[in-house]
Amino acid sequence: MAAWPAVSDIADRVRSGELKATDLVEQALATIHEKSEFNAIISTTAERARTRAAAVDGGDNLGRLAGVPFIAKDNFLVFGAETTAASNMLRGFNAPYQSRAIEKLEAEGAICVAKANLDAFAHGSSTENSDYGTTLNPHDTARVPGGSSGGSAAAVMLDMVPFALGTDTGGSIRLPASYCGAVGLKPTYGLVSRSGVVAMASSTDVIGPLTRTVADAALVLDVMAGQDASDATTIEADSAGYTDLSSITRAKIGIIKEYMAEGLDPGVRQQIEHVIHILRGAGHSVDEVSLPSLPAALAVYYVLCPAEVSSNLSRYDGQRFGNTYPDAHSLDESYGKSRSTGFGTEAKRRIMIGTYVLSSGYYDAYYKKAQTVRTKLINEFNQAFADFDFLIGPTAPGTAFKIGENISDPLQMYLVDILTVAANLVGVPSISVPAGMSDNLPVGLQMMAPQRGDRALLSLATQVEGLLV
Amino acid sequence: MADVSRDEILKLARLARLDVTDDEISVYASELGEILEYVNMLNDVDVTGLRPTNQVTGLTNVARPDEVVDNGYKPQDLLKNVPNVENDQIKVNRMIE
Repeated sequence: MAAWPAVSDIADRVRSGELKATDLVEQALATIHEKSEFNAIISTTAERARTRAAAVDGGDNLGRLAGVPFIAKDNFLVFGAETTAASNMLRGFNAPYQSRAIEKLEAEGAICVAKANLDAFAHGSSTENSDYGTTLNPHDTARVPGGSSGGSAAAVMLDMVPFALGTDTGGSIRLPASYCGAVGLKPTYGLVSRSGVVAMASSTDVIGPLTRTVADAALVLDVMAGQDASDATTIEADSAGYTDLSSITRAKIGIIKEYMAEGLDPGVRQQIEHVIHILRGAGHSVDEVSLPSLPAALAVYYVLCPAEVSSNLSRYDGQRFGNTYPDAHSLDESYGKSRSTGFGTEAKRRIMIGTYVLSSGYYDAYYKKAQTVRTKLINEFNQAFADFDFLIGPTAPGTAFKIGENISDPLQMYLVDILTVAANLVGVPSISVPAGMSDNLPVGLQMMAPQRGDRALLSLATQVEGLLV
Repeated sequence: MADVSRDEILKLARLARLDVTDDEISVYASELGEILEYVNMLNDVDVTGLRPTNQVTGLTNVARPDEVVDNGYKPQDLLKNVPNVENDQIKVNRMIE
């Protein structure tokens, strides 16, 4: 079988007995094995997956995702395999509990078959920062899949599974979706519980699906969304759910001027202009909108993100879990050596930046200033959403870059996220859907809606998907 | 912007409990300088009258009843990733010489 059927279709056919969960799990595991040269996967949860598949075939958990195999980014705590976050710091870590998102998916009958590669601790835009090697782009093995959820995006496009989970702190679901030609959804901040997911920057971290179609992403979100006492930042799910993707007519769509500025790859520009043309043809209005502070969004992000990273990574102290330095003579020596031998270059770099911007004397100039510019961005988005139902633009300024091209220049690597970070800083939902190719590489169209407008966003996205076929 | 000074890097590394080599010190000094130069563009943004944002969806003081919830975990389950355990307790190196 080449591509997987729609997720809801698979579940229907498992419930009716036409398909066996056991066969679906074996198909997923076989494809993972066949395509191992892409290095999309860190480990499989084969044994547990087979047990769970047999249980589904025996009549357990015949829910909305009955028997549907999926892959989780390796920063989700999952039973049956290590959770490494692709860092030597967590090599050998066996989760004592599961993440809430996985629990919800399992309750509907979904089966986790493997853990996907990522930039260590989700720090990066290419998966090159993984301590488990770089994932290769399914369209061109000389290129990166994007990151940090690069393994998840590649796994979906390599037909290993019908859906995969990622996390998005500054673009880590949407960028790899764009580079690999997948659909990647970053929901409204707080819509999916992050309990049991390795924390990166807690004021922007969200969980979301990577899929081939918008309908699949909607269904997975629908299962995962909602308040959870173990993540106090969660918000209530929409009582109407996320799967009823009504038809959107005569929407007011803003094309973000700053996202179409100079420096945009000409092939990407051409595809986005084609989408604008098609949207107008479908009866929507598309007009330029300016959010003047957007060029500062990446600077805000690269103050706030390392600040929160340095705080969240302080828990890796070598005493309670994770890498430890066995020959230390004092607690202080143990801290320093356990951390410096466990963390990779990028984690250390971010800890250093974060410590700098939070330290006495620099806090007001960097951290507080960045939080205040964040307010300005939020105000500009609110103003734009007073005039427009949706905002659109490219997901990334270019297509997938070559492996090694940006690795020696951290700032150049950070710039890849320049069009995705704003949605994280202001907490709005954002989706990347495939919008054609440029030089045989996928281009991603990014669409955003106001906070809690996830269903409307998915509705527009599924319409665009249909128009672009 | 100039590189961050060597002393400053050592102070940050100490605050962050990271041991750094001489090579790392010079790399961080130049990389941090470059990244700080980039984020200095924030100085040009006028934020008169605006307050910092810490939480984007408007939640404040989320509380729950302070009740013991039995999730069924045994202490041994939760200690299985601890490098050094003695009598179901986490053992660490000496703190005071």
